[in-house]
Amino acid sequence: MPSKLKSPKALEALQKKLGKVADAGKVSISVCNGTACRPYGSNPVVEAFKTEIEKRGVADKIDFRITGCHGFCERGPVALIQPGNIFYQKIQVDDIPEIVEKTLLNRIVIERLLFKNDSVGNIQAQVDIPFYKKQQRIILGNNVKIDPTSIEDYIAIGGYSALSKSLFELKPEQIIDMVKASGLRGRGGGGFPTGAKWESCRNAHGDIKYVIVNADEGDPGAYANEGLLSGNPHSVLEGLIIGAYAIGAHQGYIYVRNEYPLALKNITIAMQQAEKLGLLGKDILGSGFDFNVRINRGGGAFVCGESTALMASLEGKPGEPRAKYIHTVEKGLWERPSDLNNVETWANIPLIINNGPEWFSAIGSSGNTGTKIFSLTGKVNNTGLVEVPLGIKLRDIIFDIGGGIRDGKKFKAVQTGGPSGGCLPESMLDLPVNFDELTKAGSMMGSGGMIVMDEDNCMVDVARYFLTFLEEESCGKCVPCREGIKRMRQILNDICDGKGQESDIDLLKELGAHLQDSALCALGSSAPNPVLTTINYFHDEYMAHIRDKKCPAGVCKALIHFYIKDNCPGCGLCVKACPTNAITFVEKRKPVILDQSKCIKCRTCYDICKMGAVGIE
Amino acid sequence: MSETVTLTIDGKKYTAERGRTVLQVATDNGIRIPTLCHNEAIEPYGACRLCVVEVTRGSRTRIVTSCLYPVEEGLIVQTASDRVIRNRKMLLDLLLARCSENEVIKNLAAEYGVTQPSFRQEYWEKNDCIVCGLCVRACEQVVGVSAISLVNRGISKEPAPPFLEKATDCIGCGSCYYVCPTHAIKMEDKNGVRRIHNWKVEFKLKKCSKCGIYWAPEAQLEYIRRKADLPVGFFDICPNCR
Ligand SMILES: Cc1cc2nc3c(=O)[nH]c(=O)nc-3n(C[C@H](O)[C@H](O)[C@H](O)COP(=O)(O)O)c2cc1C
Ligand code: SF4
Ligand code: FES
Ligand code: FES
Repeated sequence: MPSKLKSPKALEALQKKLGKVADAGKVSISVCNGTACRPYGSNPVVEAFKTEIEKRGVADKIDFRITGCHGFCERGPVALIQPGNIFYQKIQVDDIPEIVEKTLLNRIVIERLLFKNDSVGNIQAQVDIPFYKKQQRIILGNNVKIDPTSIEDYIAIGGYSALSKSLFELKPEQIIDMVKASGLRGRGGGGFPTGAKWESCRNAHGDIKYVIVNADEGDPGAYANEGLLSGNPHSVLEGLIIGAYAIGAHQGYIYVRNEYPLALKNITIAMQQAEKLGLLGKDILGSGFDFNVRINRGGGAFVCGESTALMASLEGKPGEPRAKYIHTVEKGLWERPSDLNNVETWANIPLIINNGPEWFSAIGSSGNTGTKIFSLTGKVNNTGLVEVPLGIKLRDIIFDIGGGIRDGKKFKAVQTGGPSGGCLPESMLDLPVNFDELTKAGSMMGSGGMIVMDEDNCMVDVARYFLTFLEEESCGKCVPCREGIKRMRQILNDICDGKGQESDIDLLKELGAHLQDSALCALGSSAPNPVLTTINYFHDEYMAHIRDKKCPAGVCKALIHFYIKDNCPGCGLCVKACPTNAITFVEKRKPVILDQSKCIKCRTCYDICKMGAVGIE
Repeated sequence: MSETVTLTIDGKKYTAERGRTVLQVATDNGIRIPTLCHNEAIEPYGACRLCVVEVTRGSRTRIVTSCLYPVEEGLIVQTASDRVIRNRKMLLDLLLARCSENEVIKNLAAEYGVTQPSFRQEYWEKNDCIVCGLCVRACEQVVGVSAISLVNRGISKEPAPPFLEKATDCIGCGSCYYVCPTHAIKMEDKNGVRRIHNWKVEFKLKKCSKCGIYWAPEAQLEYIRRKADLPVGFFDICPNCR
């Protein structure tokens, strides 16, 4: 570990030294050991690489690096090899001797490990893979270049130079002006202009101010913040220190979701390293500026990500929101001026300082500048973390980057913005993805969830699913949210059970408008989104449930039944699989018989039949 | 900075001290805004939302809770616009579905023409508690004991003693009983004993050594005596006989 840096010069010198080592022209391999690759076996893969390199005594020839998420988690474990930008996917322990021998030592590409595309065949370079092609990875792109537990790696790629520039060349007001000029809007949900928020906090009365990182990310299935915080913790930390200096804060907090052990570990290590190098703590880089950070583990509730609930939780109180008629930049944590920003918002700051606000505002579209990271999940071929310029069309994300819908099925809807986002139909696929357009369409940006649904998803059931989540995750303080979500969910239940009435639609709309108006916090006021958008865009599907007592997608159990088609060859697979013995074997080449009275509609036979001989109607 | 501001409520101009809430100023001027979770002696909380009003500031009009909203220069407030009434009615509708047999809620709802919940009857509930948190807040802010708290979240949130067992810190003062807007707290004094059923507690009542009436829980008197540093035996006689 290098010693404490006491001036910008010392940092520059270290940067040069580390940069040289990195440029030494060695072959390098970055193996992902991010949270999503681990279940696919990245831990043993990493170990096997270490053993193999050691066994052969080639450690000095290969620049081996364990990194955070590369984005294409679906294909994990993945690795990137330079030179050549070679992207290997689904790497298994058995592949490793071959990778070392052929690719790392003799620069021979192993075709089998490349990404395959039906139309183009094998693709070697990461940049040419459709998943990466339309992305603009100004933030996540660094994940492959650094070991998140190594501050040297971060410094080698220019890390902390934005901090140095801020402390020694810029006045706090100038930094705020740069952030304002960049057009950066908060990545945590609301899209509030970051520069303006900083300015209000700087101008607020009080000597003691706080800056806070929101890494609560409570949306089920979303992990964009996790991938960033665990893959490049220093970028968040650097942004936070710059913000603290600009705002005039000397204490910061990082509120991390408790279920994120890797992110917690890596940000803790990052802070210790930064402190040792004099980049955090007292007299940062000899500038006289002091700043300390504390990490807090989240309370585990979705609502704790809401700004006032998060601050209450930081104070050790229950995570309950309060009215924000007096803003948190005036009276936040412990009643003191506090600036809270999302992980991704903070990570954008060093980029803006280093490259200038014009560079940043040239990305994306006017009013919605820069990029946004999404957790792309659901029924698309390519799932993972994608970073795109704001203003890109939904279609480009889902069909180009996401590779379209799985199993040749039809696209039905995409839900953006987490559990209280809206569901947008096919007719809106050309919508530019930005804060304003998504809100206008009845959805929202949220912190970057994107769930794709196909023809097998019932939109009434989807709305019910999200409301069930929100019903449990509401803090329960205010009447509209606590009582209103419950009633909406009950009505949706009834519709799914075939007990819906036409008047239910009006009642749902009325309740929705009421929650938007009267709920205390944005959980309650955004909770109707999944319901209102599905009523709006999938009205026919509601009517099918209510009027015809049918679930067109074949999901709502009370409204469907299974039947055996004539082409059933009597193989008996379903007979064995049925948990209630509702299916009887007749004889080979004769269709089996399904007893409706015993059928619990669990779908097992439908899923197991290779002949498509089980029908739903 | 001026100490007073001028604002308009329902078309009439009022001057008010800075720092007061819209609800306070309206009440001071005889304009009635319904409330359930509010009590002057306790910090506003914003849970029942019944005190909603429509405020306009510049070009922006929105619904806010008047118990929390501080008055501002030039603010325009409407306490009974269509939008306010629509929201208030829905709140009462939701509360009535939760507390379908509670007299206070039934009467309040009826005042706004809500005589029956809009929801299917099988979902009507028979709670008395609306989770306004007044009992918990009174215990903490007024009495200074914090014997009870709001536990759980979402639909299962409720005021409760620690671990849902006996409220061991409770002194039996009954503040929670007095502040509860819906009479959801069941308290009775009988045969020299006070019981507060919700918190599973009972207290011996002090008998006045002069007139012989039972006049307050011994635990409460002991709490006050210690807090105020009064001599032992100070409360042997009831206030009437003193
Ligand atoms: C129910 C709820 C949950 C939220 N969860 C998060 C979250 O997990 N992460 C986050 O950054 N913001 C979340 N927010 C938004 C925050 O309240 C806040 O606006 C944001 O952290 C501000 O940062 P930004 O300006 O950088 O976007 C949530 C809001 C609500 C209403
Ligand atoms: S809207 Fe929901 S989450 Fe927000 S304060 Fe009200 S009850 Fe709590
Ligand atoms: S975690 Fe490995 S690619 Fe995302
Ligand atoms: S009285 Fe204002 S919210 Fe209850």
